Amino acid sequence: MVTEYKEGSVGAEFNKREFKVVGTRPPRPDGVDKVTGRALFGADFTAPGMLHATVLRSPHAHARIVSIDTSGALAMDGVKAVVTSEDFVKQTSSGNQDTLDNCMARGKVFYDGHAIVAVAATSVKIANAALKLIKVEYEILPHETDVDAAMLDSAPVLHEGRKFRNIPEGNNANVSGYWEFGHGDMDEGFAKADIVIERSFKTAATHQGYIEPHATLATMGPDGRGEIWVCTQGQFMVRDLAAAFVGIEASQLRVTASEIGGGFGGKTTVYLEPVALALAKKSGRPVKMVMTREEVFRASGPTTSSSTDVKIGMTKDGRITAGQAKLRYQGGAFPNITAMLGAMTAFASYDLEAVQTQAWNVLTNRPKQAAYRAPGAPMAIYTVESVVDELCQKLGLDPLEVRLLNAAKKGTLSSYGPTFDEIGLVATLEAAKAHPHYAAPLGPNQGRGVSCGFWFNFAGNTSVSMNINEDGTVAVIEGNPDIGGSRASISMMAAEELGIPLEKVRTIVADTNAIGFNDVTDGSRVTFAVGLATIKAARAAIQNMCGRAAQIWGIDADAVDWVDGAAVPTGHNAGDFPPMSLAKIAADSAKTGGPIAGHFEVNADGAGVSFGVHLVDVEVDPETGFTEIKRYTVFQDAGKAIHPDYVEGQMQGGAVQGIGWALNEEYIYGEDGKLQNAGFLDYRIPVASDLPMIDAVILEIPNPGHPYGVRGVGETGIVPPLAAVANGVSHAAGVRMTELPMSPPRILAAIDGAK
Amino acid sequence: MSKIHVSTSINGDAVEYLCEPEETLLDVLRNRVGLTGAKEGCGSGDCGACSVALDGRLVCSCLVLAAEAEGKTVSTVEGIAEGENLHVLQQKLLDHAALQCGICTPGILIASKALLEKNPDPTETEVRYWLAGNLCRCTGYDKIIRAVMDAAAEMRGA
Ligand code: FES
Ligand code: FES
Repeated sequence: MVTEYKEGSVGAEFNKREFKVVGTRPPRPDGVDKVTGRALFGADFTAPGMLHATVLRSPHAHARIVSIDTSGALAMDGVKAVVTSEDFVKQTSSGNQDTLDNCMARGKVFYDGHAIVAVAATSVKIANAALKLIKVEYEILPHETDVDAAMLDSAPVLHEGRKFRNIPEGNNANVSGYWEFGHGDMDEGFAKADIVIERSFKTAATHQGYIEPHATLATMGPDGRGEIWVCTQGQFMVRDLAAAFVGIEASQLRVTASEIGGGFGGKTTVYLEPVALALAKKSGRPVKMVMTREEVFRASGPTTSSSTDVKIGMTKDGRITAGQAKLRYQGGAFPNITAMLGAMTAFASYDLEAVQTQAWNVLTNRPKQAAYRAPGAPMAIYTVESVVDELCQKLGLDPLEVRLLNAAKKGTLSSYGPTFDEIGLVATLEAAKAHPHYAAPLGPNQGRGVSCGFWFNFAGNTSVSMNINEDGTVAVIEGNPDIGGSRASISMMAAEELGIPLEKVRTIVADTNAIGFNDVTDGSRVTFAVGLATIKAARAAIQNMCGRAAQIWGIDADAVDWVDGAAVPTGHNAGDFPPMSLAKIAADSAKTGGPIAGHFEVNADGAGVSFGVHLVDVEVDPETGFTEIKRYTVFQDAGKAIHPDYVEGQMQGGAVQGIGWALNEEYIYGEDGKLQNAGFLDYRIPVASDLPMIDAVILEIPNPGHPYGVRGVGETGIVPPLAAVANGVSHAAGVRMTELPMSPPRILAAIDGAK
Repeated sequence: MSKIHVSTSINGDAVEYLCEPEETLLDVLRNRVGLTGAKEGCGSGDCGACSVALDGRLVCSCLVLAAEAEGKTVSTVEGIAEGENLHVLQQKLLDHAALQCGICTPGILIASKALLEKNPDPTETEVRYWLAGNLCRCTGYDKIIRAVMDAAAEMRGA
């Protein structure tokens, strides 16, 4: 194992170089499969003798389960197995137990749509008919879906008797997490300000909205060995959780990730997989499960909703003297740390002497939240960027100038603790300021919005293997589902490092038995961490190949260098040999010691934070309150864009999801605690006719922690749009908007209220 | 209830199947005929991932009964390329990196092919409105629109 890369060696990795493959825009390796319908996604797998399973879900927002009688279902022709929470193994970690209890309710249902029983039958039709024969007796309990109301002493308690750590006195039993960050003297900071603005904001819960519903196919024989095919962001995560929940060892369960039809964080946990496996175990038959769109909305993780108070002080010339935020998030019926991430990111764009954030997570009768692109950051930064905008407006200052004046830079003590290394915020702001978009004239009823955004990025556990094939081609084996073109960028980095043409490399995403452990595809980690491991694996293979060449030439291995895809003798005494290509070394490998490979395993660090700045022009119709996006430009630091097309794609896709969050998207609950818009008709995500082109400007401020300077780019793009659009709308409508989504009725009401 | 016998043509091949009266064309394509290119994103006509052409007309196959295909022609994403040669639209989607996850891609292809057959020279706005029924959550549509416009230009020139 090669592990010279150590945690803490950040800054030692980046080397400036000329690239040949990196930075070009070749077609992606899985492209043809995806334009011809050949690519196999989660619901496209079948197995001989396969059963279909469907799920009985709670019609109540909060209830005790008094009894479950499945006898009627079991007696039905074609029904082969039924499972409830009784069929799963009690977990030792509370986090895993929560995930399991979310897959199959134990004792209580916590939200409308919570799974209670699953039935496997010879057809979906029979399984659904069997669900109707199941008798569940409920004791209905009072419910709460609003974040602020759930914090009141009068609120119904979700988890009676459960103790959560580090909760200050004075919070009720629904508060499952509390965090605080910051530095400096707040009173002194606010005293220095010429103007202080305090505002409260609300944001609605939104769904990741991947077009592919969750789908899985599981088998398990009487020998206790299982297999799962599934659309997921992490086959290792599925393996570990599903195996633990049904009580088998990880080695006995092999999980293969299908092509994945979008995830955005929402496929970083399990819903159906352990259930399908348990049904397969009971029935002895393969079991397929596919969620309906309604189930995706009701029972798979949306993001958190939030309620936040922000207070910021500024001098007349635009220096921020102090910033404070109190963030209250609800992420459904089980604990989560999204509010903590909100508190960490809220002021991350600024270099501040006095900053303080506090965050609460509150339990409510809603589905268990799942990660959604930069979880916690968009709603936190929305509130701060809205108040900064209002301060600029009141003081008559240019919003980009003010952000430049206060921008975090190398050496800034960040609002969440660490001191920043090389970061790209100033360069990104300057690019926005210099862009023609910023100087373009605005028409009537139009407004221009600006916002910064930030995300940490993540690295984590990564394993990559690389085989040098005898014909001179290269196989890269990695373990992270390709969610937006990562096989292309991994192949490009392998080709770059090896010095061979891209066409010689093929990258595959392996199953859990074919490669070492990998964290899920999340935290914008794949191009960074898998890329880093691929480069290191290539270096290991190169070292091996230089040794083979040295052996053939009869010289010392360290007298051989690797240049442009070939071994070359180097130094005075190395001798005069022509370069020996990778293909030649590979062809002779049987004679020089056997197959050649390189691999690399690491718990990587040094992901490198990423900043973005968005500019948007909106037009608000004063008659209807309807907002049209007229022009949109994204500026983002990618460190190094391996495949610029897919970097732009991340920036554009993130921006549009953020536009949806700002203008339309919202989980709407009735008085009865039931979700009222569990479908794409009523939960409206942006469509092509809602939007203009989204211009994407990539900046490249190298990340010292990656050999090529890469930073993750997947998440930052969703952070700025909420405030950028809100600031644009506030200018266009002439009234400060403080609640998302800014639906036409809400904008009209704000305009009327301001009259 | 007994099954219905259907004779139809799918991507130029004569196909027969038995289906339940309530079964959708999408279910039959995916589960009985073995063509999984059309995707189910919603089952309610709201996402366009299941788009196919029925007698040349763009439809959501999740909203069409399988029995309705009797005597008609069905075109799916699997029939767009000719042998080894990709259709211009397929090539342009690849050239413009107009897909990330690719789950919407079959529907986008079928829908934009139907558009260009009706209107070989669409404006950007016309493309955007025509594709408004095809949800894509990954791309923000920018590269998709560019790819379709570029394909239209190339097909006009050819
Ligand atoms: S599956 Fe037919 S429109 Fe969504
Ligand atoms: S590329 Fe993923 S939904 Fe369009």
